[in-house]
Amino acid sequence: MSEEHYYLELCENPVQFENASSVNNVFFDEANKQVFAVRSGGATGVVVKGPEDKSSVAFRMDDKGEVKCIKFSIGNKILAVQRTPKSVDFINFIPDYPHLEFSQECKMKNASILGFCWTNWNEIVFITDQGIEFYQVLPDKRSLKLLKSQSINVNWYMYCPETAVILLSTTFQGNVLQPFAFKSGTMSKMSKFEIELPVVPKPAKLNLSERDIAVANIYGQLYVMYLKHHSRTTDSPCAEVVLYQLPREGSVKKTNVLKLNTTGKFALNVVDNLVVVHHQSTQTSIIFDIKLREPDCALNVHQPVLPPRSIHPYRIPLTGPSAVPSQPPVPCELYSSSWSVFQPDIIISASEGYQWYLQVKLPPTVNLLQDKGKLIDFLLRRRDCKMVILSVCSQMLNGEDKGSLTVVATVFDKLNQVFKEYLEAEQTYTVAMESGPSRGSTARERPVRTQAVIDQSDMYTHVLSSFTEKKDISHKFIIAVLMEYIRSLNQVQITVQHYLYELVIKTLVHHSLFYMLHQFLQYHVLSDSKPLACLLLSLEGTYPAAHQLSLDMLKRLSTANDEIVEVLLSKQQVLGALRFIRSVGGNDNISARKFLDAALQTADQMLFYTIFRFFEQRNLRLRGSPCFNLGEHCEEHVVYFKQVFGEQALMKQATV
Amino acid sequence: MISPRMTLRMQEKQYTSSLLIFFIYNPSFGPQESEVENKIRNVGLCEAIVQFTRTFCQTKPAKSLHTQKNRQFFFEQEDSFWIVMVVRNPMGEEPNKDGKPQEEEGILVVLILCYSLFFLAMEAGLLQYLQTLHLQSRDLLDVFGGIALFPLDKKSYLKIQSFVNRVEESLSLIKCTAFLYNDQLIWSGLEQDNMRILYKYLTTSLFPRHSEPELAGRDSALRPEVARNLLHYGRFLTGPANLKDPEAKFRFPRIFVNTEDSYEELHLIVYKAMSAAVCFMISASVELTREFCEQLVGLVGPQLTLLVSDICEQYNVNRRISGLDKEPQFKFIYFNHMNLAEKSTIHMRKTPSVFLTSVHPDLMKILGDINCDFARVITLNYNPIRVITLNYNPIRVITLNYNPIRVITLNYNPIRVSSLNYNPIRVSSLNYNPIRVSSLNYNPIRVSSLNYNPIRVSSLRPSFDSSL
Repeated sequence: MSEEHYYLELCENPVQFENASSVNNVFFDEANKQVFAVRSGGATGVVVKGPEDKSSVAFRMDDKGEVKCIKFSIGNKILAVQRTPKSVDFINFIPDYPHLEFSQECKMKNASILGFCWTNWNEIVFITDQGIEFYQVLPDKRSLKLLKSQSINVNWYMYCPETAVILLSTTFQGNVLQPFAFKSGTMSKMSKFEIELPVVPKPAKLNLSERDIAVANIYGQLYVMYLKHHSRTTDSPCAEVVLYQLPREGSVKKTNVLKLNTTGKFALNVVDNLVVVHHQSTQTSIIFDIKLREPDCALNVHQPVLPPRSIHPYRIPLTGPSAVPSQPPVPCELYSSSWSVFQPDIIISASEGYQWYLQVKLPPTVNLLQDKGKLIDFLLRRRDCKMVILSVCSQMLNGEDKGSLTVVATVFDKLNQVFKEYLEAEQTYTVAMESGPSRGSTARERPVRTQAVIDQSDMYTHVLSSFTEKKDISHKFIIAVLMEYIRSLNQVQITVQHYLYELVIKTLVHHSLFYMLHQFLQYHVLSDSKPLACLLLSLEGTYPAAHQLSLDMLKRLSTANDEIVEVLLSKQQVLGALRFIRSVGGNDNISARKFLDAALQTADQMLFYTIFRFFEQRNLRLRGSPCFNLGEHCEEHVVYFKQVFGEQALMKQATV
Repeated sequence: MISPRMTLRMQEKQYTSSLLIFFIYNPSFGPQESEVENKIRNVGLCEAIVQFTRTFCQTKPAKSLHTQKNRQFFFEQEDSFWIVMVVRNPMGEEPNKDGKPQEEEGILVVLILCYSLFFLAMEAGLLQYLQTLHLQSRDLLDVFGGIALFPLDKKSYLKIQSFVNRVEESLSLIKCTAFLYNDQLIWSGLEQDNMRILYKYLTTSLFPRHSEPELAGRDSALRPEVARNLLHYGRFLTGPANLKDPEAKFRFPRIFVNTEDSYEELHLIVYKAMSAAVCFMISASVELTREFCEQLVGLVGPQLTLLVSDICEQYNVNRRISGLDKEPQFKFIYFNHMNLAEKSTIHMRKTPSVFLTSVHPDLMKILGDINCDFARVITLNYNPIRVITLNYNPIRVITLNYNPIRVITLNYNPIRVSSLNYNPIRVSSLNYNPIRVSSLNYNPIRVSSLNYNPIRVSSLRPSFDSSL
């Protein structure tokens, strides 16, 4: 299988830990993403490995019985260890604080602790079979303070650290879920909801397993994902994932259904806002994008974006004393039954001592998703999409896989829509900042420029400039593509950059399509600019009308008066230049010498006379004398004038 | 009025230097009974005149021959290709010793156009064009032979570009495309010279013949067609009238366009949806089939219908914003040599062949004369800007001739036009000597007091700006 085959992979640098064994217990904390390897109840050492080296710790603690659960508070400040069903023990890890353990029993009588979650550096929630208890830990006093508690029957619980939401399974069947949200000392009850079970068992018994539920943040929204297995009594023969959206306020909604099209054992991950479903028996995974709407499906029912593929084969590099450099790495068993999957993107193999992050590889998706519009929609929502999108653009313009103009237009429109949205957000932000923070009720955040924002310079550098130089592509197609891009930018009111016009003009000129260029200019498709006017001026040799087009453009710009005068003078249109500069009111500041020189060059004596007289009149008006100043360097012109027209033709000093 | 009762065409298949005479003359010239004999006699006469005058000047033989009754024009478009036109002098017109050069120029332009049209559209073009030719109503716009451009905003223009490109891509047989709206050009894939002729053919011959349904029932009353389940208003102006007719013939007129060094024969498909007409040109070597036409209709019909309603909406918005739906303040004729763009606020509404002008015909004639003077002095190339002001109360005619743009502005009061007498020599002499001009109270530097400067002319360009 080629590299292009796999679109999922395990990260290159997994977190390594000592594999689980009879003397070594392994725990994973989803909040801090730390793996705890506890040897002999901690007496021979606890090794904590986190995603970064600084969150890795090793220490010893007394063996006071089997460890059931072990977690650091946020920032590794306090360690909590559960050894009995009734209490949790705490150890300070804050420097200068007493290192002695202290313990807290759950308040409710006869309750047994199912587990605990840190919601802050010093706030912890105990989940018991009879409810939840929210404590603040006071490390200096080595005691806990109960902040709030809630009595409720609990079958099992689930914690989403990103949003600090705890989900409790209640009722006999376990299918009524009650979420609680925690935020700096407060606990709030969110609206509870019921998961629709495929079959209602009789008599009622616990029927919803925590294995079939996952909580994840997708596109900034909290979702509960329910893996609904195939049931013989319902119509659907295949398993599906049902998504329930949990808003901060208001009721929970069933929003999406992901069709798995098969049955068996599944595991869920969320990577880059994609729901990844692993299927153990076929050793493949599929991905879903809940924002990608299926045109031929009922609303919010999704099919996999891509065909099922295995995770990219992974080889374990041999390390340690037994490793021989020449020995090839050992292939790792994927989809192993010893794998544990955690949200959002964590896969742990306890037996081998590895913790990976699951990653989506975008380049292979390009060839797996034929519909370019859908592909771009998909890519635009991914994190590291820029280069992949640009390569899609290049690919659709070049070679055998060339797309039609309609496809090209669709892709450009999608990219520019995202670009436009970013520009608008940026502008709104700037305006809000300028009007002062007092006006806006909420402090705005500067919009983040994601990789999906592909601007004109990206397009130019990575796609268009090389595309226009391709010899094997017809110029007709090149021009059509460039115009399509310009059209798309115009459609969303983005100002087109000059270098894009230059590409169009270069291509047109190269193929002598001057009439086409002329038509584009007439309709202002190529917007006016000084560089464009200069470019046109340089084309005069091959296309005479370009001269006039250029002058017109300079005039419309209204900031290029000097250039217009220069152009007219270079064409020996001395009177024209003079008229023009008069019309814009600049005739008192122009250099007399420049105009007289130009008039001299025409070898037209009458013209020289007229120009000379004009400046004499100007001198008279400005200085009360028709004579030229020394600084104007017009001596030779005065001499010439006298030669041709005679001394008496000079304007007389006005006599008072 | 002439009617082309007799046309004679002798040509060999190759376009080599073999003799080809294209001859048109007035039927009143010869008795009907001996038509053929007369034709030969006339051809012989013209040849003789041309050959005879060649002895005086090898390179420039006679262009016209004036007799008491009529005038004959000879025009050699290409080597050994002659067009001859005989025009009877109008009744009651005094014989003019000067030979009225300006009128000559006008008729020669018509002659050249005839030839071009002949070449462009062998089958249908010429005869129909001649039938619509009215020499007396011929005016400046005929002489300019320009192209009216449709004012359109950038966004809509780019949509049309995109439409044309996509159609050409999907139907790769199409060699090039031209897009017109309200009989005005928006996009031409043909080179300018070819487009000029095609435009003439379309606006003076093809469109008028098909204007009846629109005039009779307006756009909305046209029965929509259905293609790919989408309603549309498209129909062929050339080729089959009804695709569903099993007997329909898929023959389109053929046109010749000149490319760099040769002529190319193309099928001309003109497809219209409401006010938009699209010309698709396809190499004549390809046989066009029903399948192709159906494919074209399926692709173009619905898209074009959508596009047109878009353009129409945008156009009306722009007109309202810029107040163009009001009566124009200045009357002007604009013509730009560079892009052949023309615009006139004098010519009101084109009927199939005649312009209705809002000014007196005599004034139009004077304008023609002025223009003719320009055409001649232009070679002197002293100063590209010429402004002529005729300040005969109550008419003020300002003509600006800024090579290559000509704008003629009229500030005009319709009373007592006939008293106007324009002396071409005096006016044109104004232009040559700056010193004499100032003695006439005309200082070249003070031209700007006429509110004119060379660049302002281009900002006048009405046909390009969506704002106008």
